[in-house]
Amino acid sequence: MPQRHTLSSRRLLATLAGLSFGALSILPAQAADDIIRLATTTSTYNSGLLDHLLPEYEEAHDVTIQVIAVGTGKALRMGQDGDVDLVMTHAPGAERKFVDAGYGVEPHGVMYNDFVLLGPETDPAAIDGMQDVDAALGKIAGANAGFISRGDDSGTHKKELALWQSADVTPDFSGYKAVGQGMGKVLSMASELQDYTLSDRGTWLAMEDKLELEILVEGDARLFNPYQVILVNPANHDGLNTRGARELAQWLISSEGQQAIDDYRLKGKALFHASHGETGFDARQTADRASERAPVKAKGAQAEPRS
Amino acid sequence: MSLLLSMDGALWEIIGVSFRVSLMAMLIAVPPALLIAFVLVRCAFPGRWLLISLINTLMAVPTVVVGLLLFILLSRAGPLGDWHLLFTQPAMVIGQILLALPILVVMLHAALAGVDKRAWETALQLGASRRAALWRLVMEARFGVMAALVAAFGRIIAEVGCAMMVGGNIAGFTRNITTAIALETLKGEYAQGVALGMVLLVLALALNLMLGLLRGRGQLVVQA
Repeated sequence: MPQRHTLSSRRLLATLAGLSFGALSILPAQAADDIIRLATTTSTYNSGLLDHLLPEYEEAHDVTIQVIAVGTGKALRMGQDGDVDLVMTHAPGAERKFVDAGYGVEPHGVMYNDFVLLGPETDPAAIDGMQDVDAALGKIAGANAGFISRGDDSGTHKKELALWQSADVTPDFSGYKAVGQGMGKVLSMASELQDYTLSDRGTWLAMEDKLELEILVEGDARLFNPYQVILVNPANHDGLNTRGARELAQWLISSEGQQAIDDYRLKGKALFHASHGETGFDARQTADRASERAPVKAKGAQAEPRS
Repeated sequence: MSLLLSMDGALWEIIGVSFRVSLMAMLIAVPPALLIAFVLVRCAFPGRWLLISLINTLMAVPTVVVGLLLFILLSRAGPLGDWHLLFTQPAMVIGQILLALPILVVMLHAALAGVDKRAWETALQLGASRRAALWRLVMEARFGVMAALVAAFGRIIAEVGCAMMVGGNIAGFTRNITTAIALETLKGEYAQGVALGMVLLVLALALNLMLGLLRGRGQLVVQA
């Protein structure tokens, strides 16, 4: 009977539609003012720093902080699109463009950590113990040794490109591999392939035991890595929790927050150094900016060089 | 479109990797899958249904899990570390073969099971070799067989988890369309990612149109 057939399939459709709406409605509602959305880099998240800082703050202020850990490029893009309330990133050049273009407001230096140049124990380019990171990179390129690059527009990738530039080397030798993945994946790839790579110290310490790599160059001032916290400009988007985001940012640069950052230890080692209000911080940041020499334009955030 | 053109050589490289790897995986995976499906159709043995259920279940294995298992095998510390295959195209091919096999076996089995078993017997009686008879069977089931090929190719060309894990997304070497999209998303370059996604769709469409021409009209006809 065709009639009954139509009816039952209609009922089936209605049931299916009802099911999907029902499934949607059990998802948690968004954008309440007790939720702060923070986009940050994988380095702060994977190192465990945020797990050290945030629960205490959430408890005291009765808020939930949703952390989205991505590369700096995507974190800033999420800020630009109003998908988050604030960002905490480490790419001074890109952050300056982000603020200049009006996507972000109230940038504050929060802390710094540093990068290390890692490689296999066999050290084919013989850079172990060198003090000058530029010279070390020059030797890696000269020896045409394997080097794994993040290649993902992240803060670490931008840092690496700035270092190649200051070493006056174009990273297009055949051992150079741009892999476009997160720090953890890049470290295990470098270990698997016994190649050199640049890593933030936090991710390195967290994964050290699982890797057949060693720190070969560290301590050069050019390996310094400053983090800023920036609010997403509330003028651009509705529904941001700017008040909550500002409170969080202010707490991070308060003496209490700065102390908590300094107190954090990973495997017994200090990782992040609170830097708000340090004169040295600004000086080093300026040096870092000069080394990037990126042109500043209103549309600068879109005009990133592609790898 | 200008977005795509701006990638020029790199773009073709990426598309080339995707298709080279997936076509190679299909070439290697289809013959054994056809044999397994044939055995499942022809031979009744105890535990057959259990085996079929197991293969069905394998279709649901996430691509990253296949990637992870393969990564562990091929890693320097792994049992096959000496092959030095990790982060190469052959590693991606192996991963995609593993992903394609269950879906191929299941769908080929379903297709062959739908053929009148007299087709096989008649072919043999008419003096066809076993290989020719199998070919006859495949031709009888060509719509189902084609569907299996299309579905399996769709799964492996579109998967990202395994390609990322064992390929490593190395620019100009193991970066394919899907890992490139993942990377563009990571960088916040959504437009570039969408453009690459469209390339994948257009190429898949072209391939399917070609297959469609090959197999002719897929209508129900009155069987004599």
